[in-house]
Amino acid sequence: MTVEAGSVGERSMLERSPMARLPDRALRWILTALSFGILLLLVYFFGKLSLESVDVFQHQGILSFVFSNDWNPSKSQFGGLALLFGSVATALIALVIGVPIAVATAVFIVELCPSRLRSPLTILVELLAAVPSVVYGLWGVFFLIPRLRPFEQWAADTFSFLPWVGGPVAGPSYFIAGLILAIMIIPVVSAISREVISTVPTDHKEAALALGATRWEMIRTAILPYSRSGISGAAMLGLGRALGETIAVTLVIGNAAVIGHQIFDQGYSLAAVIANEFGEASAVPLYSSALFACGLLLFIVTLVVNGLARYIVSLGDIERRVERARRSERKSAAAPGGAA
Amino acid sequence: MSTGILPPISARRRRTDRLMSGLFYAATGIALVPLLLIIGYLIKEGASQFSAAFFTTDPTGNFAGDIGGIRSAVLGTIEMVAIATLISVPIGIAVAIWLVEYGKRSKPAAIIRYLIDVMTGVPSVVFGLFIYVSLVETGIGGSGFAAWKGSVAISLLMLPIVARSSEVVLELVPNGLRESALALGAPRWRVIATVVLPTALPGLITGSLLAVARGAGETAPLLFTVQAAMGINFNLSERMNSLPLEIFNDVQSSNPAVVTRAWGAALTLVLLVLAITLLARIVAGRSRLKP
Repeated sequence: MTVEAGSVGERSMLERSPMARLPDRALRWILTALSFGILLLLVYFFGKLSLESVDVFQHQGILSFVFSNDWNPSKSQFGGLALLFGSVATALIALVIGVPIAVATAVFIVELCPSRLRSPLTILVELLAAVPSVVYGLWGVFFLIPRLRPFEQWAADTFSFLPWVGGPVAGPSYFIAGLILAIMIIPVVSAISREVISTVPTDHKEAALALGATRWEMIRTAILPYSRSGISGAAMLGLGRALGETIAVTLVIGNAAVIGHQIFDQGYSLAAVIANEFGEASAVPLYSSALFACGLLLFIVTLVVNGLARYIVSLGDIERRVERARRSERKSAAAPGGAA
Repeated sequence: MSTGILPPISARRRRTDRLMSGLFYAATGIALVPLLLIIGYLIKEGASQFSAAFFTTDPTGNFAGDIGGIRSAVLGTIEMVAIATLISVPIGIAVAIWLVEYGKRSKPAAIIRYLIDVMTGVPSVVFGLFIYVSLVETGIGGSGFAAWKGSVAISLLMLPIVARSSEVVLELVPNGLRESALALGAPRWRVIATVVLPTALPGLITGSLLAVARGAGETAPLLFTVQAAMGINFNLSERMNSLPLEIFNDVQSSNPAVVTRAWGAALTLVLLVLAITLLARIVAGRSRLKP
């Protein structure tokens, strides 16, 4: 093992006896074991879920489970496309509504607002994350759905020329679920955007202002390009959060296993189907296996989205570094070429 | 121009600037509207429920007549989250210590960091399913649904939050402190126990409290692991009531009185979570380690 601090050489008088070094080693091994326990846990977790899903995959094939649109447990048909569609649709609605607001809030807090408002505003935005998802669902059912309905119907009638808009408005819908998800992802997207925006070098901002840019032009030319990848990463993390959200969505999406024709239609999502049908399913092995497969699908989708998010965020620094390297390379390559 | 004065900003640019600043103001306002609406509506609907009886009786399960209060739900939530905290906080902090003190920038440490990120992204409902197949279905420790299994599910959710936030705080402990202690001849474990951990303590508490706040509000994992019960129950291998599940079940009732109880329970839960979050902020404010 490594020689611990306190020793000066290989066989110093100060070196501890093996017995005295025992607690150190023990601690090290315990901590290492706990850390790698996480690895084991996740491997076991993935294996267990896959194993439980095998039944339904054998019953109708993985592709048919993911891509066919016939969720009909009473006839043992488990085509999850409508569920997957619902998860993706609501999460996308959440992004479209939530990300611009979250990023604007972040820009406002870092750049525009008076410094004495900065920390109260930060806390207030973060309090949105402290509201439990079941409370969002409760609020959605009894406040949002009845109150928004007239506006939704008006929007559906007025903008019926747009794709996916028009027709009768159902109470619970993709739109309501997306709206609630948007509120739920604002704190996380805003927090990461804020962090990214506050790393924009003051030099860049001052350079823009010195060239005569207005405040907005400075934000557009200095802040947003610099933090673009960080903000996209934040949006992806928000997407991952929105895809996995269960209880709030279950309460407001309507729980109808069909692919809606427009955003004010009822639908279903992967997470919602698990929460909602779990009770009835537990007695039927194939049915519960289908729900486990939904969980597995959800896990894989969020894994990919989150992985992509982190990759995009990390791209931010690397991108800039690579770009700089390429530019200097081109310069040095151009010099002898021009001489010849 | 020759004197180095910039040309005046045109009216169009001025207008755009004002318009965009206005939009940023408006967006921040819009972001805060739901918070005000939710809190306001919760207080309006829920505060009237608050009475001595509300907190001292259990839900009866009767459809009509006396429906009871939420005592068992409050106690159940506190009990289960406390156990989840006892599981996740020590492990989370231990993993963070390993990452900062031993793993550092090595490959294995990078893998563990990645896995913690993965865990953060796992939807809570999937953790619930996992605990259901591995603990409930197999009937480990008594049969079926049990409070301790719910605690395990919540602790899986809290673990990555604790580990991540603790790692950040431990990184902030100045290396000079560690080196001074090592130079005085302290072994590694004593450096960690008497220098690193006490220095980082407020930050560790803050991270843990935020994880507790997150765990207390989770519903989905409890659905598959604990289920609900009516009465007070201190036996961890039985079903146990909890605030989130009480709300979830009450919302779906057709009895308006039960729905109103859900509002009271929701207000209680939000106050509980807000109190923990504020406590976390206060502790964080006292920390000497500032990022």
